[in-house]
Amino acid sequence: MEHEAHNPALLHHFADAQQQKNAASLGMWLFLVTEIMFFGGMFCAYLIYRLAHFNAFAAASQQLNIWMGAINTAVLIVSSVTVVLAVKAAEQGKRKLLTGYLVVTVLLGLTFLVVKGFEYKEKFEKHHVPGASFNFTEKFDDNGKQIPVNPKEAELFFSLYFAMTGMHALHMIIGCGLFGTLAVLAWKGHFTPGYFTPIENAGLYWHLVDIIWIYLFPLLYLISRHS
Amino acid sequence: MASTVIPATPAPTTNYLNNGHSLKSWLLTTDHKRIAMLYLLSVTAFFFLGGFFAMLIRLELLTPEGDLMQADTYNKVFTMHGMIMVFFFLIPVVPAVLGNFLVPLMVGAKDLAFPRINLLSWYLYVIAGALFLHCMLNGGVDTGWTFYTPYSTVGSNTNVIEAGLAVFIAGFSSIFTGLNFIVTVHRMRAPGMTWDRLPLFIWANYATALIMILGTPVVAITIVLVAVERVFHLGIFDPALGGDPLLFQHLFWFYSHPAVYIMILPSMGVISELIACFARKRIFGYKQIALSSIAIAVIGFLVWAHHMFVAGISLYAAMIFSFLTFFVGVPSAVKVFNWTATLYKGSITYATPMLYAFGFIGLFTIGGLTGLFLATLGIDVHVTDTYFVVAHFHYVMVGGVLMGFLGGMHFWWPKISGRMYPEGWARLSALFVFVGFNLTFFPQFILGYVGMPRRYWQYPPEFQVLNVLSTAGSSVLAVGYLLPMIYFLWSLRYGPIATDNPWNAAGLEWKTTSPPPTFNFDETPVVTWEAYNYDEIPDVPLEVPVAR
Repeated sequence: MEHEAHNPALLHHFADAQQQKNAASLGMWLFLVTEIMFFGGMFCAYLIYRLAHFNAFAAASQQLNIWMGAINTAVLIVSSVTVVLAVKAAEQGKRKLLTGYLVVTVLLGLTFLVVKGFEYKEKFEKHHVPGASFNFTEKFDDNGKQIPVNPKEAELFFSLYFAMTGMHALHMIIGCGLFGTLAVLAWKGHFTPGYFTPIENAGLYWHLVDIIWIYLFPLLYLISRHS
Repeated sequence: MASTVIPATPAPTTNYLNNGHSLKSWLLTTDHKRIAMLYLLSVTAFFFLGGFFAMLIRLELLTPEGDLMQADTYNKVFTMHGMIMVFFFLIPVVPAVLGNFLVPLMVGAKDLAFPRINLLSWYLYVIAGALFLHCMLNGGVDTGWTFYTPYSTVGSNTNVIEAGLAVFIAGFSSIFTGLNFIVTVHRMRAPGMTWDRLPLFIWANYATALIMILGTPVVAITIVLVAVERVFHLGIFDPALGGDPLLFQHLFWFYSHPAVYIMILPSMGVISELIACFARKRIFGYKQIALSSIAIAVIGFLVWAHHMFVAGISLYAAMIFSFLTFFVGVPSAVKVFNWTATLYKGSITYATPMLYAFGFIGLFTIGGLTGLFLATLGIDVHVTDTYFVVAHFHYVMVGGVLMGFLGGMHFWWPKISGRMYPEGWARLSALFVFVGFNLTFFPQFILGYVGMPRRYWQYPPEFQVLNVLSTAGSSVLAVGYLLPMIYFLWSLRYGPIATDNPWNAAGLEWKTTSPPPTFNFDETPVVTWEAYNYDEIPDVPLEVPVAR
């Protein structure tokens, strides 16, 4: 009787907890597919214009702050580790550890956003933000030969840079809110070894946002730097 | 017999309709059947709004001169018509109304996998609709439903951003519906409901859902880029600033061509159900019809550039897209041939839903075959941006989607409302729809072929006769659409009470009460039979079936 007690997290229209978990997990994966298609449109635009305006894109790309980008990449990779540890802690029912990892993840996410903020500030100062005050005089370095580039094309690079990293940052902000909420719920003992689907699914989301950055970083910062 | 106890009037049963009467019980419901009804009300409202703009177009084109409205107003009117009909009616209508109502019933589930996301999807639709109405009342948009750049980013001085935002939000409503369907079909099927026992309506909605989740995000980001470009004067799609308007067209049609299949596939699913039931036969080629839905969803993603044959894409790209466009005709034809083969030696009843099914097959065939004309590069150059194209896609979207929707509404109305509609009036309205539709759109094939371009408010006088015919047809069509709305409402109160299975149809949805209880089935059904086992079921009752 007691072991038959109704699981409060089980919604009425599912036959059992396993079915509910499978449904939620499949739903999350499908949502991630839509996210990939969403970013895919911008990746497509970026790659096409990079081919069309190679010199300008390479010159503009070299103006990005590679150190800030690298630090942020490291921060995000570490945050993915803390997410995995959080899922493991939830599986083992370790409430305090779970809450701790969730909080650390949020802090790492916020670190990323702060660094990104400094990067954006630098762009403003260098007049690399598309718009009326945009100014680009740097040249494309072709094996020592300095080739001037069309500033309109460089502006296109920065348009896409802000569109892609901005949309990514928006996802980071949503992720931080999500993990903050989960941390509060975890502290209150909302999750048990029998029910921690939200932690798992939010973790999938976090990993996806990470992976998008893992693609953004080389495409925007690195691939023009080979000599 | 003395021992027989004659029951007094049967105790009123609880069903999804009478389980709570307050406004809150509707607006905060998570019952897929109630959400389907919320969608029905809202898409119907948008349908008549879009129809109002259609009538304005037809009235303007009654005479060669631009006497009813100015060119600018006309641009806004056809844009409003297109955007409302595409984004707020055709895309949601069958999945969000019939699909929402039937998918859980047909697979034997208590609800969709994510009932709250389902409700959220309706609210997103309503928010998007409200935004669009606001945009409309503030002067509207004049870009055409396609938002083509650079006109939408630097040319137009209308509310492009607000309209774009509305479409963006409506897109998320569609994504959530699709996501819910896929998870429900994968995870919520009743015991014994294997994939090869699924009704074809489910296969069709599953294929639709795939397109919804793969395509919609792409148009969403495209519209975001258009809005950003408009606000910040970026050059992503502006050739003067290094951008490329063709990229916009590629991204836009990558979604918007498959969106045509979002519209037509669920209606095809409806037709499979109707044909099998009213021919009393096991459907011919079950597996082929099921897989052709998936094939359409997949190949449909590979044909988008046939919208761009004259836009300046390379000849080789055009040839490949032309070939692929012919190729997507194959699974569509597979369906039509299988339906026809199902009719062969069937025991056919000409009930209203079947009339719509016949209408669908005829109109879709014309719409589909003229699609092959347009896939042919040479002919496409001749008829691009003429009324031939307008006639073609109205045959598919209106002749196809609406025929399927109305056929389905009549077929499942007893299940939805627990009442029968008046058969005589319904057949009359089916006749009005069929005649009115052909009268409206067939002349447009000729108009386009002899050179009348689309999107103009004036035309040379020699085109007038055909235009008058078309306008006359649209009035007949309007009557055909108004009639069902009137008699469906009438039947809610005065229609004869329907039995649980008035058509003696196969399918789990007919094995529960009419209307179904909130959780669909009193006991989880166990399926031991294949779909469309009509050889084991008695015929359609000859008299209008009524509970006594």
